Amino acid sequence: MGERTIIPFGPQHPVLPEPLHLDLIMEDEKVVGAVPSIGFVHRGLEKLVEKRDFNEMIYVIERICGICSFIHGQSYAQTLEGLMGVDIPPRAKYLRTIWAELSRVHSHLLWLGLMADAYGFESLFMHCWRIREKVLDIFEETTGGRVIFSVCKIGGVWKDIDNDTLNRIKVIVKDIGEEAKAVTDVFVRDYSVQKRTRGIGVVTYQEAIDLGAVGPTLRGSGVVQDMRTLGYAAYGDLNFEPIVEKDGDCYARTVVRVREVYQSLDLIRQCIEKIPDGEVDMKVKGNPSGEYISRMEQPRGQTFYYAKGNGTKYLERFRVRTPTFANIPTLLKILPGADLADVPVLALTIDPCISCTER
Amino acid sequence: MAFNVINKTIMKSLFSKPATAMYPVIKNEFYPNTRGSIEMAKIENCSFCGICSKRCPATAIEVGKSDKKWEIDRTRCIVCNFCVQVCPKNCLNTQRSYTAPMRDKSSKLFTAYGPVVQEVNSGTAAQENHTQVGTAEEDA
Repeated sequence: MGERTIIPFGPQHPVLPEPLHLDLIMEDEKVVGAVPSIGFVHRGLEKLVEKRDFNEMIYVIERICGICSFIHGQSYAQTLEGLMGVDIPPRAKYLRTIWAELSRVHSHLLWLGLMADAYGFESLFMHCWRIREKVLDIFEETTGGRVIFSVCKIGGVWKDIDNDTLNRIKVIVKDIGEEAKAVTDVFVRDYSVQKRTRGIGVVTYQEAIDLGAVGPTLRGSGVVQDMRTLGYAAYGDLNFEPIVEKDGDCYARTVVRVREVYQSLDLIRQCIEKIPDGEVDMKVKGNPSGEYISRMEQPRGQTFYYAKGNGTKYLERFRVRTPTFANIPTLLKILPGADLADVPVLALTIDPCISCTER
Repeated sequence: MAFNVINKTIMKSLFSKPATAMYPVIKNEFYPNTRGSIEMAKIENCSFCGICSKRCPATAIEVGKSDKKWEIDRTRCIVCNFCVQVCPKNCLNTQRSYTAPMRDKSSKLFTAYGPVVQEVNSGTAAQENHTQVGTAEEDA
């Protein structure tokens, strides 16, 4: 038995874009335990609902996370619409779905790039981000923002996309799919990439359920769970199946995300083909009262929204449970037994977003 | 098989344009919808009702009805566009360019009449090319 040492991993680490801190208990080169500490970037956004009007709050909620920003805004709007009994126009639902799926494409391409960077494949990282740039251009053209759109409102969306632009987006989306094929083939087929991911950080079917994993981490272990099947927004009208891989290792989680990129591109195509004409927003009167829970599928997994209104324009209580928070127990389960060199890859496979976790 | 794929990628990379832009030489072209920074476009229409100030989630806008004051603190503004959308007289607008970098915090306030230079506690001299409008306030 070797001597035990503690290695601090983060909050500043070349592989981590965000301040996740892990105290790794090492025995020679093997990790035998990990103690997480979070709280470096806590902003108290959930408390702010008591001081901001529920209409203004959507812009604050969008800033919970930069990558799934739109889906946070959409989730909040959907929760408040449920609370106030509002049914938004169908075109707004389709537009929200298009932006949400584009967000998923850009989030997964960003993650694939970071993953390539984690095992030292710099050019692959740049190729992933080059493709992602096209998605960001679509965002800027349609909403005005590249990352944070501020386009969602309670009762619909602020901006419409005309049908010509939608047809152009359809062509761009097809191009993105073709370009992504060359890049994602490397993740799926390359020998050296597989050597770094296959059989590492295995989470079995039962463990994934017991630890409460969500999103690609859960689906990579063979559990069929995708909140989009609940049929919120326009998902009820679209044809898709949750993407599931059985192995439960880093490779399976990567493949789930790779396949989800193509699934999202297909969903965007379906949305553009089926989108109805009409209004994109409606006037919402009154103040929220009562309680409502909403669950949605973000790129990282299921997010849970709870809002409690008391009849005034300020909410009484608001709670968000983000996917990274739910996935941290899984990370702590897969770290013991791993090599020190594999820790960045393992930490990245749950797609950690600390600004989400701490709100 | 893999050899063919690599050859295809190499040929494509050799004969395609670079994905990056020659930034200082070629400036970025913004889309008509781009949300750059908030500006007061038509001060003559403004009734100084203060709705933009009340609705701002970041409390970056300050409006005074009596002294006809409209100020925005660029360092607080989150460019959410809510003030533009709620303005009853359509006076506010989003510029297509982003907020320019600032040399010091004293030039953070922008009013309807141009940027304001504030007096910092130590009494820093006012920057050139900036009009001095409004009252001097302490840095937030």
